[in-house]
Amino acid sequence: MMMAMWDLNGKTALVTGASRGIGRAIAIGLAEAGADVAVNYSGSEAAAAETVKAIEALGRKAIMIKANVGKSAEFDDMLAKTLEAFGGKLDILVNNAGITRDNLIMRMKEEDFDEVIETNLKGVFNGIKAVTRPMMKQRSGRIINISSVVGVLGNAGQANYVAAKAGVIGLTKSAAKELASRGITVNTVAPGFIVSDMTDKLPEEARAKILSEIPLARMGRPEDIAAAVVFLSSDAASYMTGQTIHVDGGMYM
Amino acid sequence: MSDVYDRVKRIVIERLGVEEAEVTAEASFKDDLGADSLDVVELVMELEDEFDLEISDEDAEKITTVGEVVKYIQSHS
Repeated sequence: MMMAMWDLNGKTALVTGASRGIGRAIAIGLAEAGADVAVNYSGSEAAAAETVKAIEALGRKAIMIKANVGKSAEFDDMLAKTLEAFGGKLDILVNNAGITRDNLIMRMKEEDFDEVIETNLKGVFNGIKAVTRPMMKQRSGRIINISSVVGVLGNAGQANYVAAKAGVIGLTKSAAKELASRGITVNTVAPGFIVSDMTDKLPEEARAKILSEIPLARMGRPEDIAAAVVFLSSDAASYMTGQTIHVDGGMYM
Repeated sequence: MSDVYDRVKRIVIERLGVEEAEVTAEASFKDDLGADSLDVVELVMELEDEFDLEISDEDAEKITTVGEVVKYIQSHS
């Protein structure tokens, strides 16, 4: 009975920013649990195709859709394509797509701030708004938004990114309250430092400093985040909404 | 009044769980039929499906009573 609660067979999901890194791990994790997955990407078509291949290798259906989540028309269009491919039903939305334009506040350009907010915060709003109608009709749905540990701790050089990621947590709570009565849950997963192309490039000194701030003394893996997302997508999490799960090796507690 | 009125009435009764007698043309969704704003949004979605039309957000906000819905549908379908 316990394991059956984690089963996503027959469910459909849309994961934004799923061509690489955490988003890819989430998309594959959902497929491993049994879901069909729409893979959104903005630039890396070849990488998205690999995610699709990995999902299909698991015997699940996958489609790839290029869209800039920060533009509501593009998100709406992507949702329409997803619904068309998956028989008019969407059970799970994972708002994962994000960008960085790091700089100190005094050096940060207005467009660096705006672009990050548009993709990382407005993109989440666009996603929630788009799926509300079909999920309300279904009277069920799972929305999982990816924030970041820096959204609660702050981070020098990332004012735009941190503002967006903190905003995602507030947005999650408001959406959770609005949609709870319709059987739709909205939760956040806040990853810590996860092994990725980005963290691979860090100089040894910076790596050591980061590790010293992580009680579990290692970087996270994309699969660590995928596990939390699969949980929140499943029946096992049906009594949770508006929450933030911190998957960060204990950085925030 | 009409076929439209009966269909609207049936949906309102189902969606809001109210008694048939309460659903008069003058009845306000929020004040008389106990609907909250999400209920009204859902009602509008269901009416759009039932009558195969699109009710814009601007128009939807102006509709507050059963009679207004019926009138809107009659003039737009």
